Amino acid sequence: MTPDLAQLVERVTHLYEDLHFQSVHDWKSEEPGRHAIGYMPIYVPRELVHAAGMLPVGILGGGDRLEIIRGDAYFQSYICHIPRSTIELALTQRLEALDGMLFPSICDVIRNLSGMWQMLFPERYVRYIDLPQNFDPAVGGTFWRQELDTLREDLGRIGGREIADLELRQSVVKYNENRRVLRQLYEARSERPWFFPTSEVYLVLRAGTVLPVEEHTKIVRRYLELAPLQDDRRDQDMSRVVLVGMFCEQPPLGLLITLERAGCWIVDDDLLLGLRWMSGDIPEDGDPLQNLAIAYLEQSAQTASVYQPEGRRGAWLVDSVQRNVAEGVIFCAPSFCDPALLEQPMLVAALEREGIPHTQFKYSENTGQFAVIREQAGTFSDSIRLWSEA
Amino acid sequence: MSNSQTKRHGDVQKERSMALQKELVGGHFDALGRAKEEGRKVVYTFVPGNLTELMRSFDLLPVLPEINALQSGMRKLSAGYISEAEKHGHSEDVCTYVKCDIGMLKKGNIGPTGKPIPAPDLLLLSYTGCFTFMKWFELLKQEYEGCPVAMLHVPYQADGQVHSHYRDYIVEQLRSEVIPKLEQVSGQAYDEDKLRSNLTLSAQAEDDLVWVLESAKNVPSPIDAYFGGVYYIGPIFGAFRGTQEGVDYYRTLRSEIEERLANKQGPITPDGELDEERYRLVIEGPPNWTSFREFWKMFYEEGAVVVASSYTKVGGLYDRGFRHDATRPLETLADYCLGCYTNLSLPARVDLLEDYVRDYSADGFMINSVKSCNSFSAGQLLMLRQLEERTGVPGGFIESDLVDPRYFSAANIKNRIESYLQMLEQKRGAAA
Repeated sequence: MTPDLAQLVERVTHLYEDLHFQSVHDWKSEEPGRHAIGYMPIYVPRELVHAAGMLPVGILGGGDRLEIIRGDAYFQSYICHIPRSTIELALTQRLEALDGMLFPSICDVIRNLSGMWQMLFPERYVRYIDLPQNFDPAVGGTFWRQELDTLREDLGRIGGREIADLELRQSVVKYNENRRVLRQLYEARSERPWFFPTSEVYLVLRAGTVLPVEEHTKIVRRYLELAPLQDDRRDQDMSRVVLVGMFCEQPPLGLLITLERAGCWIVDDDLLLGLRWMSGDIPEDGDPLQNLAIAYLEQSAQTASVYQPEGRRGAWLVDSVQRNVAEGVIFCAPSFCDPALLEQPMLVAALEREGIPHTQFKYSENTGQFAVIREQAGTFSDSIRLWSEA
Repeated sequence: MSNSQTKRHGDVQKERSMALQKELVGGHFDALGRAKEEGRKVVYTFVPGNLTELMRSFDLLPVLPEINALQSGMRKLSAGYISEAEKHGHSEDVCTYVKCDIGMLKKGNIGPTGKPIPAPDLLLLSYTGCFTFMKWFELLKQEYEGCPVAMLHVPYQADGQVHSHYRDYIVEQLRSEVIPKLEQVSGQAYDEDKLRSNLTLSAQAEDDLVWVLESAKNVPSPIDAYFGGVYYIGPIFGAFRGTQEGVDYYRTLRSEIEERLANKQGPITPDGELDEERYRLVIEGPPNWTSFREFWKMFYEEGAVVVASSYTKVGGLYDRGFRHDATRPLETLADYCLGCYTNLSLPARVDLLEDYVRDYSADGFMINSVKSCNSFSAGQLLMLRQLEERTGVPGGFIESDLVDPRYFSAANIKNRIESYLQMLEQKRGAAA
């Protein structure tokens, strides 16, 4: 690895490993009166937070680097891991940099976590982001616009000033730019995955949950320049797979490394999906709040927590497989993740209709043993290659 | 601990309301069994946020998959259905109601009367208080290709309030999504007068249901508001809200409870009337259905009576004043959906339970945490602490499941209940 890429990777790794969110503290201390707003997966309108002059901060649990001491006392054994590590982060004062928390409507656990937050931290701003499941602009769009209006007012009150339309338009421009470079990154990885290993791409992506968007865009651009210059990265006889189910609780980095070592090029995934939620640019002129509202209705990623009024579940996955010339799909969902696991049989059916190979296993964000996963993924990868050659 | 006495009146004491309910439910399943030959259309929907008055105004027959699942649980059929669904790739981690329903479908969709339940003509997806509902009907949509789906997204009362734009959003969905699909399926035009008439009947039944549930404020309580309560809510949470039969059932039930109250009688249990009320409890969470009677017995054997429960509010929260209001038909349906128990924020749920502990003079409260239902379960351990702090009353915590018998460990649960009640007894002794 060249020194400049090594430096970049070291930085994003450090950001990933920092469970005290020092970079957020640093950002706040640069200027008095700055605020940071945390958000849970998957999607929140970060543009609004940015337009209020605040830093949106993705809270993605504690991964495999946080010992859960108090968090387990709040959740039964059959509930996924991310809420318990998130509570642990808060109870151990690791989220002190945050002036508020947003809980989008992913599932009942995250929904109820918003209520727990209200009870545990009554002095902090908490908002449940109730994303519309009706996609008619006159119905769901009107509702969502009103929700956005409320969020805008709330953030304006916390920040001590109203959010102007101009500021919001400028924020939309910044996030459009960021999403464009992320799309480029995903396209580049799909074309030449050996230059862009997912275990590295993930860290680059993840930096976007804690850094200001402008800075993150620069890092992604730099990474796109540097990664293809690595002479030691060459194509290998590996299988091209799409990874599905990781949109909320994040896998430990070791799991992504394991999959690659098991012979899988990951050419598409739903990791940190909220950063890439919109399929295209949000209009940059006109009524910016209305643009945000309509973009949600018309450009949202298709995932388990979003209702699809028509059409078969899983069409997007088949499309991803075809678009990325993938040879198979790995369902990799967190244990007890209702959306991912309830969705899975429908996605499996969609793949089977097309004859696309797939395998599945579960993880927890603090999974530490990968031998079985490596064996399973390796066998899957081998079988794909054997079938391809037949 | 010494067991409480129950007075036996035959094997199981039956009252007129029980027979009436049996007739109602049996008649409904018979009607479903004849629906296809009679050309009647069938709508599958959910208990929380159900729009029975509206469906009935189109002469449509409701089917409630949750009720089918719990009945399968009580009839000891759910284990096989769940196993069938898991064989078809459904995860062991997810809601067992869903798997029970899918498994039942895969095995012929045979209802409690032994006749097949007809396929849906419409899936009415009221997305109220539970995210899993959405996935459930998406899964059913795959099974019933070509069946239309009407989605009704009900916003969550996250800050404990019903904002006007929530109501407007629901009413607009009713107008633009739900009613047109009901018209299409039924071949009938929307008749608001008919809906108003049904809503008037709903309010009458709701008045009597609330009276019955609140009768448990008396000492001794004439009812068990959880184990008995699930029978009392059956007609109104099921297919009979907004019907004359529903009104008649609740009038009959109320008159029976009035009589029990006048005679200072305790609740009826499967082993007869409980003659000594030793502990008054509030319970949060749904019951286990696969061992329902065994579970109930663990309480009444010890003289424990449940005087209030959150589960009996899951299909409508009426004891805080809400009644269906015929003067604003669509708005009242919206308010009903918004107010169902699992659509309340956790702080609002704690407030309600705190009120129950005080208003019903409870000695304790217990949470039955079910693996299947994160809508109920996530956050219950914090609710337990908050309730203990606010009321000074000790809480108990047990774990089971809705319809998966693998998660009902009778010995463990009995042990926990007995230990909890012993603790209440010691506390009472210390106070004396």
